[in-house]
Amino acid sequence: MIEFDDVLLRYPGAAEPAVRGVTLGAPRGMLTAIVGPNGSGKSTLVRALLGRLQPERGRILLGGAPLATLSRRTAARRVAIVPQREEPVFPLLVRDFIALGRYAFGGMWGGETPDDRAAIELAAARAGTVDYLRRRTDELSGGEWQRVRIARALAQGGDALVLDEPTAFLDVAHEMGVFELLDALAREGRAVLLVSHQLNLVARFATRMALMHRGVLAIVGSPDEVMRGDQLERVYEWPLVVSRDPAVGAPVLVPLRGRAPR
Amino acid sequence: MKARFWLALALALGVAVLAGLALGPVRLGPSVVWAALLGHGDTSALSIVRTLRLPRIALGIAVGAGLGMSGAALQSTLRNALAEPYLLGVSGGAAVGAVIGVMLHLSAPAVLPFAAFAGAGIAVLLVLVVARAAGARGDPRVMVMAGVVVGAFANAAIMVLLSGAPDDAVRGALWWMMGSLGDASWAGTRWIALYVAAGGAALVGLGRDIELLSLGEDSAAALGVEVEAATRRVYLVASLVAAVTVAGAGLVGFVGLMVPAIVRALGARTVRVLIVGSALAGGALVVAADVVARTARAPAELPLGAVTALIGVPFFLVRLRSMR
Repeated sequence: MIEFDDVLLRYPGAAEPAVRGVTLGAPRGMLTAIVGPNGSGKSTLVRALLGRLQPERGRILLGGAPLATLSRRTAARRVAIVPQREEPVFPLLVRDFIALGRYAFGGMWGGETPDDRAAIELAAARAGTVDYLRRRTDELSGGEWQRVRIARALAQGGDALVLDEPTAFLDVAHEMGVFELLDALAREGRAVLLVSHQLNLVARFATRMALMHRGVLAIVGSPDEVMRGDQLERVYEWPLVVSRDPAVGAPVLVPLRGRAPR
Repeated sequence: MKARFWLALALALGVAVLAGLALGPVRLGPSVVWAALLGHGDTSALSIVRTLRLPRIALGIAVGAGLGMSGAALQSTLRNALAEPYLLGVSGGAAVGAVIGVMLHLSAPAVLPFAAFAGAGIAVLLVLVVARAAGARGDPRVMVMAGVVVGAFANAAIMVLLSGAPDDAVRGALWWMMGSLGDASWAGTRWIALYVAAGGAALVGLGRDIELLSLGEDSAAALGVEVEAATRRVYLVASLVAAVTVAGAGLVGFVGLMVPAIVRALGARTVRVLIVGSALAGGALVVAADVVARTARAPAELPLGAVTALIGVPFFLVRLRSMR
């Protein structure tokens, strides 16, 4: 559904590219996770999906069509993206905020169609936000706010969902809730592409993991293939071990105590 | 939107208009005003109401509506509660454009707004250059700083341009820099109102784009907005509307700052409601400020822009403090 094909991305004015030669697919029915240290190029890939950064080399395909040939509107109907950070300066009602997900489907003047309303209600229910639709976006807790943003992406419809660190700042229950929801959406046939720092959770939920290191893909594979101590130690530049969780059987990364970074 | 919201705004505008008709150097009772509106009564009351005060009120509504809508659109698009055409230097640039337009004999009321618009466009580009030089593009205060710098430059340019100008053909520098509704005529007001209405309709049409831009560029792009093109369109229309108000009444500051904040406080949440509400509230504010300008030191008249700045600067301070 989403394919990066030998993509090279460079920020304007930067000497070094931020991402080099990345080839990665996020097919339907799978939860694909991009992991890696800070600055390894994960969010740059999301920026390229947003059309905010054009590949210098290679191409990005959405449902087989090159992203560069699609209008933002068409792209938004195929892929819903939840960017990393978002802070409304002027608060909105949650219901109105979720309804903005339908922008790509409406005309300039058109109000909400029955289709829009159905999509908004379904999205709000899926993301578990029905209890606070009448609240204002500045009155939500961190966990509620993330769910509202996911609800807006679900209202967008489309066959693919991209999330950039959707569980940052969330407690255990909210974090698990988000991962369970993404897992369910993937099982229903959507392509879910997730950028996350939560390696252990990703290892339990993802179908495939892609490990980024300094702008290139270090390895792509199943969680068992990616979660290897030597590999992660080299990429994260920190002593660590990977064991297997006795309760759930998934690989678990345990960082070891080290020196304070100088 | 709740009926109460619209009722409050309509009431404010109605009260301001009534005050504008009744108050001034000559006070008129409600019955005299009413009779004059219907074409009765003595000739002096008739001429005060129908040829002096009514066109002035109409111009005030158009100018206030334009400044309010322009401020609302700019604040949401720039995600900046301090944004407004005056503080962003857009109005200053428009005034320079209008002064040059008058000197080039482009002073017909249908044409002058376009000379002002050209000046506003140059000012927008200058502000972007200054803001970029200052770095921190995301900091709302940097944009305002850049706008104030460009505005100061515009004021200096107006002074220089008008210092050698024959005084009867060209309005004085004070008129441009401090704003006034004193030259209101039906002939001129008609055009200003027409342009403001057209620009306002365009802003309401862009309302959904503005709403998404107010979430931030990445979110807007994720939801299907062509960010650069949409931002440019909003800038263009908002500057045009601001330029029209400058051609009609000179520099009237802080209206675009205060009005959207007030309308939001009254309960406006979506951008379209905010824009239309800001048109009504802006009209009310400018007409009311003009009443103060005409009566505070009657028979002398205060510049309209001085009155709005005297209210607006404390308002700006409160906003600035609440941003930290």
